[in-house]
Amino acid sequence: MVAAPATTHPLKAITVTEVKSADKKGVKTPTASKPTAKQDFVDPLSGTDPLSTGVTVVFEGSDPLSMMVKAEAGSVVSGKSSRADSIKINDDTGLSDTFEPWASKKSGILAKYTTSEKLSITTSFLSSSDHERVVIKTQTQVSTVSDKVKNRLEQLDDFEEGSVKEMLNLSQQDYVKRIEELNQALISAWDADHRVKALKIAIQCSKLLADTSVIPFYPSKFVLITDILDTFGRLVYDRLLDKAQTSMPGTRPHRLSANFSSDEVPEAAKETCRNWFFKIASIRELIPRFYVEAAILKSYNFLNTGEYTDVLQRLCFMTRGIGDPLVAIYARCYLCRVGMLVAPRFKNHIPQCFEDFIATFHQVQGDSVQNILAVQKLELPRYLSLFSPALDWILQCLAHDASENLLNETLDRCKQGCNSALMINSIMSAFQPQYIASRALVFTELIRDCEDTGLPKYILHRTLGLCLVIADTPADQQLPVLNEVWKAVVKLKNPSEYISCAEVWIEFVVKHFGKKEINTILGDIIKHVTPDRAYEDFYPQLQSVVSKIMSHQHDFSLLFSLEKFLPFVDMFQREAIKVDVCKCILESFNKHQLQPMNDPVVINAMMYLGKIMHDAVNALTLEDEKRVISNLLCGFLRLVQFGRDFEQQLSFYVECRAYFSNLDPVLITLVQSVNNLAVETRKVVKGNHSRKTAAFVRACAAFCFITIPSLQSVFSQLQLYLLSGQVALLNQCYSQGDAFFRAAVSLVADVPKTMDVVDSKSRSSESFLLEYLFSFVSTLLVIPDSPDMGVMYLLRGLLNVLQDYTWEPNSDARILVYTRVLSMLAAASQEHYPYHIDKVDSNDAMYGSDPKFLAELRAIADTLIGEMLSHLKAISGPEFAKRQSSLVLEIISVLVAFCDMSKPSMLTLTTNFWSLAQKQGQADVKLMKRIQDHVRAMADDDIPGFQTLLQKLSLSE
Amino acid sequence: MAALDIRLKKVNKTYREGELLAGVVVVQSKGELQHQGISLLTEGMVNMQLSAKSVGVFEAFYNSLKPIQLLSYTLEVAKPGKLPPGKTEIPFEVPLKPKPGKTLYETYHGVFVNIQYLVRVDMKRSLLNKDLQKQTEFIIEYKSQEEKAKPKLINFTITPETLTNVKEKQNVPKFKVKGHLDSSCLQITKPLTGELTVELCEAAIKSIEIQLVRVETCGCAEGYAKDATEIQNIQIADGDVARNVAIPIYMVFPRLFTCPSLSTNNFKVDFEINIVIVFADDHLVTENFPLKLARF
Repeated sequence: MVAAPATTHPLKAITVTEVKSADKKGVKTPTASKPTAKQDFVDPLSGTDPLSTGVTVVFEGSDPLSMMVKAEAGSVVSGKSSRADSIKINDDTGLSDTFEPWASKKSGILAKYTTSEKLSITTSFLSSSDHERVVIKTQTQVSTVSDKVKNRLEQLDDFEEGSVKEMLNLSQQDYVKRIEELNQALISAWDADHRVKALKIAIQCSKLLADTSVIPFYPSKFVLITDILDTFGRLVYDRLLDKAQTSMPGTRPHRLSANFSSDEVPEAAKETCRNWFFKIASIRELIPRFYVEAAILKSYNFLNTGEYTDVLQRLCFMTRGIGDPLVAIYARCYLCRVGMLVAPRFKNHIPQCFEDFIATFHQVQGDSVQNILAVQKLELPRYLSLFSPALDWILQCLAHDASENLLNETLDRCKQGCNSALMINSIMSAFQPQYIASRALVFTELIRDCEDTGLPKYILHRTLGLCLVIADTPADQQLPVLNEVWKAVVKLKNPSEYISCAEVWIEFVVKHFGKKEINTILGDIIKHVTPDRAYEDFYPQLQSVVSKIMSHQHDFSLLFSLEKFLPFVDMFQREAIKVDVCKCILESFNKHQLQPMNDPVVINAMMYLGKIMHDAVNALTLEDEKRVISNLLCGFLRLVQFGRDFEQQLSFYVECRAYFSNLDPVLITLVQSVNNLAVETRKVVKGNHSRKTAAFVRACAAFCFITIPSLQSVFSQLQLYLLSGQVALLNQCYSQGDAFFRAAVSLVADVPKTMDVVDSKSRSSESFLLEYLFSFVSTLLVIPDSPDMGVMYLLRGLLNVLQDYTWEPNSDARILVYTRVLSMLAAASQEHYPYHIDKVDSNDAMYGSDPKFLAELRAIADTLIGEMLSHLKAISGPEFAKRQSSLVLEIISVLVAFCDMSKPSMLTLTTNFWSLAQKQGQADVKLMKRIQDHVRAMADDDIPGFQTLLQKLSLSE
Repeated sequence: MAALDIRLKKVNKTYREGELLAGVVVVQSKGELQHQGISLLTEGMVNMQLSAKSVGVFEAFYNSLKPIQLLSYTLEVAKPGKLPPGKTEIPFEVPLKPKPGKTLYETYHGVFVNIQYLVRVDMKRSLLNKDLQKQTEFIIEYKSQEEKAKPKLINFTITPETLTNVKEKQNVPKFKVKGHLDSSCLQITKPLTGELTVELCEAAIKSIEIQLVRVETCGCAEGYAKDATEIQNIQIADGDVARNVAIPIYMVFPRLFTCPSLSTNNFKVDFEINIVIVFADDHLVTENFPLKLARF
C-alpha cells in the first residue's frame, strides 16, 4: 500500500468543517428565522461597530462618565503639580523650562469643558451634505460647454457666503468631528494649491469663535479651532519660506538661516507675503481678521524683521473691540500664545492684555452677558470658570521670568480692578511659588476678602497650598497662615472639597509643624470623611496624604505616637489600597530609619501594618508583589535591635514568626537572625556558656528547628539546617546539632531535580546539591559521633541516601561526592584533624585513632572505591571516554593527595587508574602533568612510595 | 500650438513715470513658428462711466464719456519672419512718458472711473492661423507729489445731538462716542489710524465699523455726476463693547482700489470714511469724514 502524504491531519479537517457549518448556521438563523429583528441585528464583525467610528479617535472618553472622570483627574493634577512636572520640558523657543507649553494644557481643557447641548457649525466647506460628490457626478455627465460653465459657476458659488450652510443639532462629538474635517479640508485645499479656499476655511473657522451659543463648550472649541489656525499659520509660513528659498532669480535655491532677516528675502516672496496681509486686512469681521492675522503673525518676518512686535501691540489693542468678555479673553490668550512662540522675549503686549481684561471684566455683570447666561441657563460661577484656562495662560505668560515687583503691581491692580477669586487663583498658579509663599499671609487675606464671584474659595486655598508646599514660607507667617486657612477649610462641608484642600495642606503642616498640629489635622480629616463612609470615595487623596506625611516626617516614634495616625490608616478599608498604604509606610521606614531601634510603639505599629500586608498575600498574589512585601518586612526586622537584651530579641522573633509565617524570605531572615543571636551570645560569654546562656542558645536552636520545616523551598531548608547545625555545634548543643544534620540528611532525598532561578527559568539542581554536599561532608568531619549510635552514623546515613537518590542520568555527581567523602575519610583517619570547632571534641579526640574505628573507616572507603570502580565500568564505552578519563583523574588526585602509597595495593590501584585514564587518549594532559609534578614533589620529599609511583606514572605523548 | 506671454522684470509690476518698462516677450512653440510681425502696445487710459443713478439710464448708456488716453506707444518687437522651435525670449524696453499735456495718474480701479495701464503684445500671423495676443496690466505710482500727507488730527464726538437727519430725536438712545483720527491727510501706504471710546451708550451695541467710501465725480456736457460707493467695510468692534475703553481704528488701504486723491478737469476721485455704529436693534449711526490720500 502506498500512502499519499497527508496535507492535513484527518481529525483536524473534520473539526474545521464542523466549525464552519456551525458558523454559517449561526449567522443565518437570526436573519432567516426572525425577519422582524433584522434591522436591529448588528453583525458584530462588520465595520459599524460604534467604537470604531472616527469620533473616538478625536475625542476619547466620549461617554459622559469617563468625561467626568477625566475632568476630575484634570482638576486634581492642574495647577502647581503639573507645573512642577513640566519643569523638565525643554522648549527650543528660548523659554525656560518652567513654562508650561500649550500642548500640555490642551488635553486638560478638552476634557474639562464639555457639553451635552446641541451645537451648530456655519460653513460652506463640509461635505456632510454630499454636495461635492453630487457636483462631481453631474460634471461627468454634462457635455455642453454652457452646462460646464454653469456648473463651475455653481461650484464657485458654493464657496460664497450665500451658500453657507448652518448645521444644527450637532452633538459635541459630531462637532469635534466636523472641526477635524475642516482641518483636513484646509490641509487638502492647501495641498491642492487652493490657497484662497484654505484662507476661507481659516476665516470660517475663526468665525466660529465669535459664536457663544453653547458657552460651556467654548474653551474646548477654542482649543480645537486654534489648532486649525496654527496649522494654517504654519502652512503659510512654510510656503513663504519655500518661496523665499527657491525664487531668487538667477541663483540656485539657497537656504535661509534660521534667524534670517527680511533683507535676505527675495522680492517675489515679499510680494506674496504682502498679498496675504492685504487680503487679511480686508476681512470684514473683526474676530476672523484678528485670529487669521495672529495665526500668520510669524510670516511678518519676511517683510520686516522684528515687525511683529508692533503687530502684537496693535492686535492687542484690537481685542478691545470684542464685546463679549469671554471671546475677548480667549482672543488675548491666543495672542499671548502666538506671541510666546514668535517673539518670546517681547512682552509689552502681555501686560496690556491683562490690563484690558481687568478693565473690561466688569462687563461680566453687564446686561448682554447676563442675557446670554439666562438664555443658556448657566450660573455665574460656572461661567467664570470658563475664563480660567485663558486667564491662566495670560498670567503664565505675564509671570514667566517676571520679577517680584510685577506680582506686587498685579496684586495692586487686582485690588482696584477686579478682586475676584478667579483672578487670585490664576495669579497664584501663574507666579513663582516663592513669590507667593513670601507673602502667604497677604494671600490668605486676599482670599478671605475677595468677592466670591463664582470660583469656590476652597479651590483658592488648594492653589495657595500648592504654592506653599513648593516654596519656603517665612517662618513667622507659617502659623498665622495655617490658622487662617484651616479656619476656612474646617468649615467645608462637602467632603470632596474638603479633602482636596486637606490633601494639599497636610504637606505644609508636616513640613513646618510638629506632632500636635499633624495630629489635629489628621483627626480633622477623619472627622470630615467618616460620615456616610465618605472616605471610600477618596482613597487616592487619603493615600496621597499618607505618602506626603511619609516623605517629610521620618521620626517614626513621633509618628506612631500620634493618636490619629493609625485610625487614619484604618480608614483604608479596601484591602489592595490598605496594602499599598502599608507598603508606603514600610518603604519610608526602611529608607529613612537609619539607626536600629526598639521603640515598642513603633514596633507594635509596624507589626500591625506588616501583618496587614502579610495577610493580603494569597495564592493569587504575584511573585513580584510577594518579593516586595517580603523585602519590606525583612528590612523592618533587621532594623529592630534590642541590644544586649537577647531574650527580648528572641521573643520578638518568635512573635514575628507567628505574624509572618507565609513568607519564605521573612522566615529565612528570622532563622538567620536567630542564628546570629546565638553566635552573639557565644561571643558575649566567650564560648563558656553558663546554664542560662546554654538554655538560651538551645532555645535559639529549637526556634530554628521548628521554623525551618515550614519553609517551602527545600534548598533553603537544607542550607539553613546546615547553618543552624553548625551554629548549634559551635554552642555545644550536640543533640540539637545532631538533629539538624539528621534532618538535612533525610531531606536530601527530597531535593527536587530542578530549582527556580530568579528570572522564572528553572535549571538543574545538581550543581547546587553537589556544592551543598561537599560543604556538608567537610562539616561531618568535625561532628563527634553520638555515643548511642555507630561510628560515622551520619556519614553512613548520607551515603545511604545518596545511594538511593535518583541522580540525573549520565551524571557522575555521585562519584564526585564519593571522592570528597574519600578525602574526608582520609582526614578522619588522622590522629589530629586539620580543623576543629572550638570547645567541641571531634572523633579524633573521642576515638584516639582506635584501630576499630580506623577499620570502620577503611571499610567505608573500600565500599566507596568499589562503587567507583563499578561506576567506571558502567561508563567504559568509547562514547563516555572523556567523562571516564576526567572522572578517573579526579579520583587519582584524591588518591595521590591522601593515600599511603607505600602500600602496594594502593600503588597498584593508582597506577591502574592512571593507565585507565590514558586508555582512550581523551585525558586532560595538563592535569595529568600537574599530578605527575605533584607526585614528583612528594617523591623529592622522600615520602615513602612516591618514588615508585613516579616511575609508574608515565605519560604517553 | 504657440503661446505668447509677457514677463515684466519687476515682480510687483509697479512703475513710475520716467522709468523703463522692461521685460521679455516669451514665445513658446513646438515647431518652427512663422509670423507676420510681433508688435507691442503700451497704453494708459482713463475710462469713465456715468452711473445710472445720477444721470438716468439712457444718459448713462449713450452718453458714456470719452476715454482719456494717457500713454500710448507701439513698437515692433520682431519683423515678419520665423521663430525657432522652443522658447524664444525677446526683450523689450518702453520709456514711460505721458502723452503731451497729460499726466500719468496712479492706477485706480473704481466703479465709474478706471485708470489702467496695459502692455499688450500682438503676433500677426498668416490667414490660416489665428493672431496671438497677450496683455498684462502694470501699475503706475507717482514719482513725486506736491501734496504730501501731514498729520492733521481730527477729534470727533458723536452724540444724538450731532446727528443731522433724525426726525424723532426722542427715539434715539442716549450715547456718546468720542474719538479721533490721527490724520485725515494720509499716506496711502500707511494705515488709517485713530481710536474711539464709547463713553456712554444706553442701547447695546452690535458692531462698530469703518466704511471706506470712494467718491467719483465725472464731468460731462450736462454738468457732472458724483457717486459715492463702498470700497470696504472693516469691523472694529463686535458686540457690546466695554464703555470707556479706547478701541483702535485701523484700516489698511486696499491696493488698486484706492489711489491718491485725484482732481482733474474731467474727473475727480476722492475718499471718505464713515464710522458706523450699529445698535442691537439694527439701527445705525454714521459719521462721515472726508480723507485726503497722498502717495508721499
